[in-house]
Amino acid sequence: MDSAALEPSLYTVKAIFILDNDGNRLLAKYYDTGLYPSMKEQRSFEKNVFNKTHKADNEIAFLEGMTIVYKSSIDIFFYVVGSAQENELMLMAVLNCLFDSLSQILRKNVERRCLLDNMDGVFLVVDEIIDGGVILESDPQQVVEKVNYRAGSEQAFGFVLLDYITGNMEGQADENPLSEQSVAQVLQSAKEQIKWSILK
Amino acid sequence: MIKKFDKKDEESGSGSNPFQHLEKSAVLQEARIFNETPINPRRCLHILTKIIYLLNQGEHFGTTEATEAFFAMTRLFQSNDQTLRRMCYLTIKEMANISEDVIIVTSSLTKDMTGKEDVYRGPAIRALCRITDTTMLQAIERYMKQAIVDKVPSVSSSALVSSLHMVKMSYDVVKRWVNEAQEAASSDNIMVQYHALGLLYHLRKNDRLAVTKMLNKFTKSGLKSPFAYCMLIRIASKLLEETEGGHDSPLFDFIESCLRNKHEMVVYEAASAIVHMPNCTARELAPAVSVLQLFCSSPKAALRYAAVRTLNKVAMKHPSAVTACNLDLENLITDSNRSIATLAITTLLKTGSESSVDRLMKQISSFVSEISDEFKVVVVQAISALCQKYPRKHSVMMNFLSNMLRDDGGFEYKRAIVDCIISIIEENPESKETGLAHLCEFIEDCEHTVLATKILHLLGKEGPRTPSPSKYIRFIFNRVVLESEAVRAAAVSALAKFGAQNDDLLPSVLVLMQRCMMDSDDEVRDRATFYMNVLQQKQKALNAAYIFNGLSVSVPGLEKSLHQYTLEPSEKPFDMKTVPLATAVITEQKTEIAPVATSKLPEKLAPSRQDIYQEQLAAIPEFQGLGPLFKSSEPVQLTEAETEYVVRCIKHTFSNHMVFQFDCTNTLNDQLLQKVVVQMEPSEAYEVARYVPAPSLPYSQPGSCYSLVRLPDDDPTAVSCTFSCTMKYLVRDCDPNTGEPDDDGYDDEYVLEDLEVTVADHIQKVLKPNFGAAWEEVGDEFEKEETFALSSVRTLEEAVSNIVSFLGMQPCERSDKVPENKNSHVLFLAGVFRGGHDVLLRARLALADGVTMQVTVRSSEETAVDVILASVG
Repeated sequence: MDSAALEPSLYTVKAIFILDNDGNRLLAKYYDTGLYPSMKEQRSFEKNVFNKTHKADNEIAFLEGMTIVYKSSIDIFFYVVGSAQENELMLMAVLNCLFDSLSQILRKNVERRCLLDNMDGVFLVVDEIIDGGVILESDPQQVVEKVNYRAGSEQAFGFVLLDYITGNMEGQADENPLSEQSVAQVLQSAKEQIKWSILK
Repeated sequence: MIKKFDKKDEESGSGSNPFQHLEKSAVLQEARIFNETPINPRRCLHILTKIIYLLNQGEHFGTTEATEAFFAMTRLFQSNDQTLRRMCYLTIKEMANISEDVIIVTSSLTKDMTGKEDVYRGPAIRALCRITDTTMLQAIERYMKQAIVDKVPSVSSSALVSSLHMVKMSYDVVKRWVNEAQEAASSDNIMVQYHALGLLYHLRKNDRLAVTKMLNKFTKSGLKSPFAYCMLIRIASKLLEETEGGHDSPLFDFIESCLRNKHEMVVYEAASAIVHMPNCTARELAPAVSVLQLFCSSPKAALRYAAVRTLNKVAMKHPSAVTACNLDLENLITDSNRSIATLAITTLLKTGSESSVDRLMKQISSFVSEISDEFKVVVVQAISALCQKYPRKHSVMMNFLSNMLRDDGGFEYKRAIVDCIISIIEENPESKETGLAHLCEFIEDCEHTVLATKILHLLGKEGPRTPSPSKYIRFIFNRVVLESEAVRAAAVSALAKFGAQNDDLLPSVLVLMQRCMMDSDDEVRDRATFYMNVLQQKQKALNAAYIFNGLSVSVPGLEKSLHQYTLEPSEKPFDMKTVPLATAVITEQKTEIAPVATSKLPEKLAPSRQDIYQEQLAAIPEFQGLGPLFKSSEPVQLTEAETEYVVRCIKHTFSNHMVFQFDCTNTLNDQLLQKVVVQMEPSEAYEVARYVPAPSLPYSQPGSCYSLVRLPDDDPTAVSCTFSCTMKYLVRDCDPNTGEPDDDGYDDEYVLEDLEVTVADHIQKVLKPNFGAAWEEVGDEFEKEETFALSSVRTLEEAVSNIVSFLGMQPCERSDKVPENKNSHVLFLAGVFRGGHDVLLRARLALADGVTMQVTVRSSEETAVDVILASVG
C-alpha cells in the first residue's frame, strides 16, 4: 500500500479533535466512517495520541498508521489526522487555519475555559473549515467572516466587575441580574483568570 | 456576562468544564423552552450547544427523544438570530441519522439557500444535502445547479462539496451538473477552483480521455489554488502510471515544473509524486531530491518530517541518490521530534557506510524508548536490511535487538524483532547460538502465542544441531509446564526433535514425554503419545519421516481426498500418494516497508494456485480419470507481447498424462474466433490424445483450450520433448462497435512459438527441513553417482541457480546460498517425481577453470534416478 500513490481525492482529513490537558475530548469529528467506527475505539485512539504527544510540542507524529499534526495552547491540544500518504503540509494548513480562526474568535484567549464558554462558535468554526473530510476553507480570515461570531464571555473580567460595581447593566438585559452571591463568583473567576494570564 | 451558564456549572468552580455534569434527560427537558414565544435566542442557543456537545461526546440519543428534540428545534427557524440559525443547521446535520422525518426542514432550508442572506446560504445547502435522498434530490436539482455557479464563493464551494458527497449516493443526478462544475472551475476564488476540480475529476475518473483533456486545460490555464495544484499533480501522476507514459510526456514536465511553484505544499507534492513513480531514473530524481534536501533545514517540523520521510523512501530504491543529503540528515538526528530523528537515522543506515553503523546504532538506542511502536518497527526493518548488507556487523545488531526485545511493545513490534533475529540466524551461522539464547529468554516471558510457537519450532529445527543441545531442553520444557495449549503442543514437537537427533538426550526426552502424556489437553497428549512411540522404535527412517520432515501434501487437497474416500468406501487403504503435493512456498524477498499502517485484513487461507487448477480441470469431462494433478507450471508465453492474439500455456502434469492449457486472448476488435484449437506436433514418442477447443473467443475476453498428451509408457526416461504449436480457428469478422459477427466465417491458422517440456515439469518441489534425515530415510538402494564438467559456467552461484532452475527441485538447508570466497559447495535438492516417488539429489561443486560437479541421486524408484542423471548429462 505504501508504494501506491494517493488516489486523487478531496477527502483529505480523516479526523479532527480538540483535547484538554488531561486528554479529555472537548470536540471530535471523525470523517472516515471506516476509521474507528465506535466511540470506544475513538476514545482509545485519542488517549493513545494524547499520551504520545502531550509532553513535547513536536507538531507532527505518526501513530496507528496515520499522520497526525498537532498544536497546543495553554491547556488545550488541537489535532488533525490524515492518512499515512497524505501531504503533511495540507494537514498543517488545516491545523493552522483552525488555530488562527479560533484565536481570533476567542480574542487570543485560546484556553480551555474560554473555549468551552464559546463552544457554539468552536463548532461553527470547525464546520466552516472541514465538511465531511473535505477542506472547505483554509483562510482563517474567511472562516471568521463566514462564522460571524462574537465571543460572549471574553470581555476582560476587570471591566465586567467594574460594570457590575458601577451598576452598568447594559448588554445584560436578557440575563438575570447578578445576585449578591455571584459577586464572590465574579471575584473567584477574576482570580482564576489572572492566575492563567500569569501562567501564560 | 460571565454568568452565561447555569448556576450549577458555576458552583463547581470557574476553572472546571461547564458541560461536565450535563445530563441528557435534563438537557432534553430544557429543550422545551424552544416552544416558548417569544423565542429567547440566547438561552435556546445555549441548549442547542449542550445537545451538540452531548452528541459529540458520544451520548446515545434514542429515536423518540431525538425526534422530539428535533421537531422542537425546527421552531427556532422563526428567530432571526444568526448564530442560533447556524447552530440549527449543525443540529440538523448531527441528528440526520438519529431522528426520524428530518426531511420536515427541507422547505425551510431551501428557503434559506435561495434567500438573500449570504451568510445562511452556504451552510443551508450543506445541511440540506445531508438530509436529502436520491428521490428528493431531483426536486432541488435546479437550485443546486444555480448554487454551483453562484457568484458568492461560499455558496458555490458548499454546493460543489455537497455534490461530491452525494456522488456516492446518486451518481446519475450529479453527473448532469458537469457543465456547471466546469464553469465554477474557472472561478477566481481559490477554494471554488479546488472543489470544482475535485468534483469534475470524481465524475470523470473512469473516462481516461476526459481526464486527459481536463488535465491539459488546467495545466495550461494555471490555477491559483495550491490545493488544486496538489490535486492536479496527483491526477497527473496517476494517469502517467496508468498509461505507462514515458517521462518525456508533458504530464511529467508539468509535475517537474511544479517543483518551482511558490507554495511549499505544491513543491512537496510534486517531489513526492516523482519519488513515488515507478522506474524513475536517478537523473529524474535529482531535482526532487534537492528540493527535499532544502526542506530538511526548514524551521517547520512538519516540513522536515515530510522531507525526511520521502527521502527515506527514495533511499530504499536509490540509496545513491540520497547520499548528497547525508549531511542534512546527520543534523536531523538530534531533532527534538523523535519521529524525524528516527527517519533520519534509518535513512542514513540505508545510505551510510559500514563504519558509521556503530555510531548510528548508539544514537538510536539513546532514544528508542521515546518513539512510537510504528517507528520502532521501521528501525527494526532498517536493521534487518543492514544485516543483509553488512553481515559482519551482526553482533552489534543482535545485542541491540535483544535489548529491544526486552522493552515493552506491541505484537507487531515484537514480531518484527523476532523475524529479524531469525533472519540473522539464518544468514550467519556463527550468530546462531547467541540468537537462540536471546529467543529462549524471550519466550520465558512472552504473551504472544504465535511468536512462542514460532520460536519453539525454530528451536526444534536448529537446537539439536548446536554443540550443546541440552541447554535448550529446560527452556522448552518450561513451556510445557507454564503455557497455553497451542504453545504446549509446539513445545512437545520441539522436544521430540531433540530426542530423535541426539541419542544421549533420548532417555531424558522420553521421561519428559511421559509427563506430557498426562497433559489435560487432547492435542498435547496425542502428540506426546505419538512421538513417544516413534522415538521408542529408535529407527532413523521413522524419525526422519514422522518427526523431522512432516507431511508435504497440500492441506486443502488432503481434505478433499479424504472426503472423496469416505464417500466411496473401498477395500484399499487410503493412499497418501494420491494427494496433490503442497507447492513449496517460494521464500519471497522481504520488501521493505516504510511506516505503513498495519494491515487490518484478516489473513485468509487461500487455496493454492494448484488447487484452483485441479478444480478447473476436474470440471472438464474429457479429463476425468487422469488422477490427481501432480504439478502445474508457470505460464509460458507463446506469442510476442503486441500481436493479434496473445497465447500463453500452462503445463499440467498428471501421473501418466500431461494437459496443456492454452489461455488465448483475441486483441482484434473486428474479429470473433470460434472453435479455437492449438494443434501440437511432438518431436518424441509423445502422443496427442485429444483436443478440447475453446468454443468462442470474442474481443479481449480470454478463453482456454486444452490438449491432452499421453506420456510414453515404453520409455519412462523420455521426459523432455519439444512441441511445435499452431493455433487453428474459424474467423468471423464483426463490427468493432457492436460486436455483431457476420454470418459466415473462414478457417485460419496462426503459428505459435515452440513449447518445451523439460524434466522440471515432472518433478514437484518439496522442502525437507532436515535433509540429512531424509537422505538416510530413502536409503542407497537406488543410488547413482556421476561426475560432470560444466565448462560454460564461471561461478558457483551461477552453477547453483542453473541446476535449481533446470531440475525444478527445492533447495534444502539453505544450500542454494553459496558462501563468499569459497571454491567448493554442496547443494542439496529435494523433490517428488511424477508418480509420487521422493527424489533427493546431492551435488558437490568444485570451482576450477569451469565448475566440476559430482551428482549423487537417491530415490525410492529407479526410473527417477535414471531420468535425472540422463537429463543432467
